[in-house]
Amino acid sequence: MDRFTKVEGIAAPMMVANVNTDALSPTAAGKSTSVDLGKLLFANSRYNLDGSEIPEFVLNREPYRQAKILVTGENFGCGSSRERAVWALQKFGIRCVIAPSFADIFRDNSYQNGLLPLELPADVCNKLADLLEHANNPEMSVDLETQVVTGPNGFRHSFEVSAERRMALLEGLDEMSVILRMEPEIDQFQAADRVQRPWIYERA
Amino acid sequence: MAKTVFEKIWDQHVIRTLSDGRTLLHIDRQLIHDGSSRQAFDGMRTMKRRVRNLELNVAVVDHIVSTLPGRTGESHLPGIERIHALRNNAQEFDMEFYDVNDPRQGIVHVIAPETGLTLPGITMVCGDSHTATNGALGAICWGIGTTEVMYVMAAQSLLVRKPEQMRVIFEGRIAPGVSAKDLVLYLIGKHGVKCATGHAVEYAGETISAMPMEARMTICNMSIEFGARMGLIAVDDTTIDYVRGRKFAPKGVLWDKAEAQWRELVSDFDARFNREIRIRCEDIKPQVSWGNSPQEMTSVDGRVPDPASFADAERRESAATALAYMDLQPGQKLEGTPIDYAFIGSCTNSRLSDLQAAAAVIKGRRVKHGVQALVVPGSMEVKAAAEAIGLDKVFTDAGFEWRNAGCSMCVTSNGDVVLPGKRSISTTNRNFEHRQGPKSRTHLASPATVAVSAIAGCIADVRKSLS
Ligand code: SF4
Repeated sequence: MDRFTKVEGIAAPMMVANVNTDALSPTAAGKSTSVDLGKLLFANSRYNLDGSEIPEFVLNREPYRQAKILVTGENFGCGSSRERAVWALQKFGIRCVIAPSFADIFRDNSYQNGLLPLELPADVCNKLADLLEHANNPEMSVDLETQVVTGPNGFRHSFEVSAERRMALLEGLDEMSVILRMEPEIDQFQAADRVQRPWIYERA
Repeated sequence: MAKTVFEKIWDQHVIRTLSDGRTLLHIDRQLIHDGSSRQAFDGMRTMKRRVRNLELNVAVVDHIVSTLPGRTGESHLPGIERIHALRNNAQEFDMEFYDVNDPRQGIVHVIAPETGLTLPGITMVCGDSHTATNGALGAICWGIGTTEVMYVMAAQSLLVRKPEQMRVIFEGRIAPGVSAKDLVLYLIGKHGVKCATGHAVEYAGETISAMPMEARMTICNMSIEFGARMGLIAVDDTTIDYVRGRKFAPKGVLWDKAEAQWRELVSDFDARFNREIRIRCEDIKPQVSWGNSPQEMTSVDGRVPDPASFADAERRESAATALAYMDLQPGQKLEGTPIDYAFIGSCTNSRLSDLQAAAAVIKGRRVKHGVQALVVPGSMEVKAAAEAIGLDKVFTDAGFEWRNAGCSMCVTSNGDVVLPGKRSISTTNRNFEHRQGPKSRTHLASPATVAVSAIAGCIADVRKSLS
């Protein structure tokens, strides 16, 4: 997993609620492993049916084409469990999504991949989006070490991420190693459980 | 201490609680499908690991497989690569696999309960958000991402944080023409798509107690559209009767032991819930969605709202965008809106009772000219059972296509799509923009509502077809 310490760069405002995983990574993107997920991020709103770009879409506009951060509405990432939705954001170049709330599965998937799903209050997100929309240089920084976000016009807001998630991101630790260290306990659990609930392990 | 059903099951699966509050939870079953597993197998290969508990993992093709008569794994060209990948991976890792022409093949959330892979009291995961469907049997079942699929292959356990507890109590009798699907659509329409975020939801109340198992699955299925990752229902006679005799259910003395444990799986009368919602069912009418979020919902005799009528700015904006996308006018009556497609299928509504409900209202009638109407049974077992009682004839005589099992037009990965700009009424669970194909327009509804709409050629009120 990639380490996440600090991200600085262009931030794109996209203040719609309930952005779903079908929008982030349309079905077509799942058909083959050879497709460029980043190119297909938001494909249905980004391109016309003939494949040409829709110029008004925020990520088709300069300088948001280089966005590393996305500021958006509540319940971001709702819908299916597809982890491609996270990979598509990362392939596009986005390392952090800021929203008032996230759907549960999307949040977990983000942490598993080193993308920071940062929850800030709705009024802060709105204000930030507004600043980014009107700034000449819509740049921001998200610093996980100091837990501070900065933005245009001296915008500054501190945040808190749960300690274990923060450590994992800062060190680029994935959960697999944490889980595998507990293998002896998994063995013990199963040995006892086989006696308690044999039907789980011996299917008829 | 008083516990909810959820807490009883959860506590039994705790391997260890970490100092940060997360729990290493044992996973009793994992279902793997063609849509989300490939990178998980790749990861296992990279780590040079074998699947820890092969007996607890089963793989099946459903998302990408063609549903056309006489299909093979090669029928849908863009799907070949991934079906082959799953077949090869299952073989290499020695995993039980239900291939395209296996009589056990079907949508994961349909075959798991029907084969008895899902049992009361278990924990189950799958790389698919609608895994909550299985919670209807009194189990904790939820959808995970591909990385977590790999963790479960490797360690048969996951690090999770315990969700908050919510209870939704349904009370009162359901009116004729109204189904479990209408109840859950109504719940989401009324309380919104993020109401249950961070919660596990127990559905309870006299209406649920009186409900057959398949209807309960429809309710639990849409927990995710309600914002929850998990939904479940306490164990009662309906549960026990459903499970008894299933292929993978315990038999003999093991059954007796299991049943005794399962009977405990009810919430204690003084168990605490962080939130509780009550729904009166008598007045609920058949529901139809008008927008691009499952909360954008009204009754079939209702009107498309004026975006200006929403107090909340985000809802207002979302409604305005949806009306443009759906090509609907504020104040327009939904009933009578012409449709191009009618789809009966998906893990929400593709079980035998769903097909029976649809067949009951179309007997002797014909699908309106110009409407493409599809019935896609959720599993090959459902298909065989429906054929045994002649439902296939009822559908084909009426002009519906009768397909093989799969996700089909719910997610369109198998080539079954709604064409751009066309309108579909569908028994699925998501009406997102482009969900049924680029620029497709989806109205969510119950099987009976979809069936009568196919006949009428427009959104129709099933209550008018009841004799
Ligand atoms: S039927 Fe639809 S919602 Fe259900 S598992 Fe398949 S794609 Fe997902």
